[in-house]
Amino acid sequence: MSGLANMTGTENALELRDVSKTFGALAALSGIELVVKPGERRAVLGSNGAGKTTLFNCITGDFPPSSGSIRFFGEDVTAFPPQERIRRGLRRTYQISLLFHGLTVLDNIYLACLGVSRGRFSFLRPRRDDALVAASERLVELVHLDAVKDSSVSDLSYGQQRQLEVAMALSGAPRFILFDEPAAGLSPAERRELIEILTNLPSHMGFIIIEHDMDVALRVSDYVTMMHNGEIFKEGRPAEIEEDPEVQALYLGGAEH
Amino acid sequence: MALHDLERPYDPTSAEGRVARHWFERIPTAYWIVVFLLITMPVYASNFVLFQIFGWSFILGMIATSLMFLAGYGGMVSLAQMTFAGVAGYSVAIFGESAITTISQGWPFYVAVPLALIVTVLFATGIGWLAVRTEGIYTIMITLAIAAAFFYFTRQNYDIFNGFQGFNSVLPPPLFGVDWREAIPFYYLTLFFAAATYFAVLYLSRAPFGLALQGVRDNPRRMAALGFNVTGHRVAAYAFSAIPAGLGGILLTWQTSQISPGTISLQPVIDILVIAVVGGLSHPIGPFIGAFLYVVLKTFAVDVLIAVGLGGERFQLLIGLGFLIVVYVSSDGLIGIWRKIRESRNRDPFRTREGE
Repeated sequence: MSGLANMTGTENALELRDVSKTFGALAALSGIELVVKPGERRAVLGSNGAGKTTLFNCITGDFPPSSGSIRFFGEDVTAFPPQERIRRGLRRTYQISLLFHGLTVLDNIYLACLGVSRGRFSFLRPRRDDALVAASERLVELVHLDAVKDSSVSDLSYGQQRQLEVAMALSGAPRFILFDEPAAGLSPAERRELIEILTNLPSHMGFIIIEHDMDVALRVSDYVTMMHNGEIFKEGRPAEIEEDPEVQALYLGGAEH
Repeated sequence: MALHDLERPYDPTSAEGRVARHWFERIPTAYWIVVFLLITMPVYASNFVLFQIFGWSFILGMIATSLMFLAGYGGMVSLAQMTFAGVAGYSVAIFGESAITTISQGWPFYVAVPLALIVTVLFATGIGWLAVRTEGIYTIMITLAIAAAFFYFTRQNYDIFNGFQGFNSVLPPPLFGVDWREAIPFYYLTLFFAAATYFAVLYLSRAPFGLALQGVRDNPRRMAALGFNVTGHRVAAYAFSAIPAGLGGILLTWQTSQISPGTISLQPVIDILVIAVVGGLSHPIGPFIGAFLYVVLKTFAVDVLIAVGLGGERFQLLIGLGFLIVVYVSSDGLIGIWRKIRESRNRDPFRTREGE
């Protein structure tokens, strides 16, 4: 991590300062301080309702935070609408399937590539050698969906839909990705494929992964943040977190339900 | 080419297979028959059928296609499409020539018609900008309110819209020395613009703009998360929809040679919705089929009723019944019925799921 990014000074990929989010009287997030360096792979763990997905929604702007500031590669994006953050290289996947069910697999990925390109409003059909179409085809291959690329998303299995989510997050040269439980509901074989895809991402591509499966989370991440009741509860290297008695009591105890 | 590629069985739908065929070879024979019939229609159809049945169907089909584009691809049901057509029709009457010389500017058609379309697109952009802030039933309500407001405004405003009377003697220009209100020229004029509308919408459905619009329909939140400006896309869709609607409105004004508040009252506003829904919202052919059915019913229902000994004034009942049946048996109008029939005919009894 001694690349150019560090030489430009203290520019972090993501910097959350005192971020809070309330829904009425419910404090979903309170006083979150989170710093992620460029290229870093971070896992966010915590039981259901700990505020992990709310954290993602604040970072992407789906729900703006109630207070606090968010900087993305040094730029204050707190007041930006989602599409402006996406255009700066931020991507995310969704826990629940948020795909375009009326369109084909390739069209879904093509739209993801199109969202950050200049041709969004083009009235002209893409030519056969179109760069975005080619990029979409490569992403289809990366997540092993070539065989179903012309099928409608509604015909895909659950696991395939999860893989499509990952492909969409990887479209259009991302700088930082938020993965929201990408392995949930996958078969062991699909899970291995996912770990392979995540570990083989280019080293400049940092990400945060929310994951219930400790095995996946600890294998793909450099650093772990534990959340509990909307607050950051513990941070450390995967090995430290795994050994921590408090974490074991809280997390492993909570996961048995 | 890798070695395993050679072992792949020949697939005519693959990219390599496609190159070998010309684009016109991929068009099924049935389409060529339809094209041939439409082009040769004046040989065997009477002037009444050409002008009143086909001309009117093509015009209503264009206006309904603008709704199909918004609703089918964009998920926005707008009742303002007939109003857009009315804005274009009024604009042509105001900028061009009519019998109301105190209001009409009398500018040549090559100024009046493009200007009318520009005014319509700007109007639709403004309406779109208002309407896209709402979803579902509220979009219907806001566009219905706009349609009603424009109707009452034109009826009460005498300075610009000449009130209840509207404008008469609004005629197409005698371009190339042809009287375009003659049955055969008018048939080809409307056929040309209807075909242009049909192919433009079909083409756009696979272009980035159209695909993004379908994405907005399926999942607006996800589209924003992919970097799209959802509001911008929706407003742009309204602006685009004003072009076929506006052209339809101008042709409608020329066909009846007049435009008045009656042209854009709530009855025709609702009729456009009925035409689009009965035809089918999933494909641009739907609105044209719906418009043809509507025009045929509207024209001949009176004769049918009188023939069976009922009062001719009850023709709306027959139209209503016809539409009720279509909507009841199919969720996607006449296109839906057609697809069902084709699927059941193509079904292979030895396979559980039929391919296309």
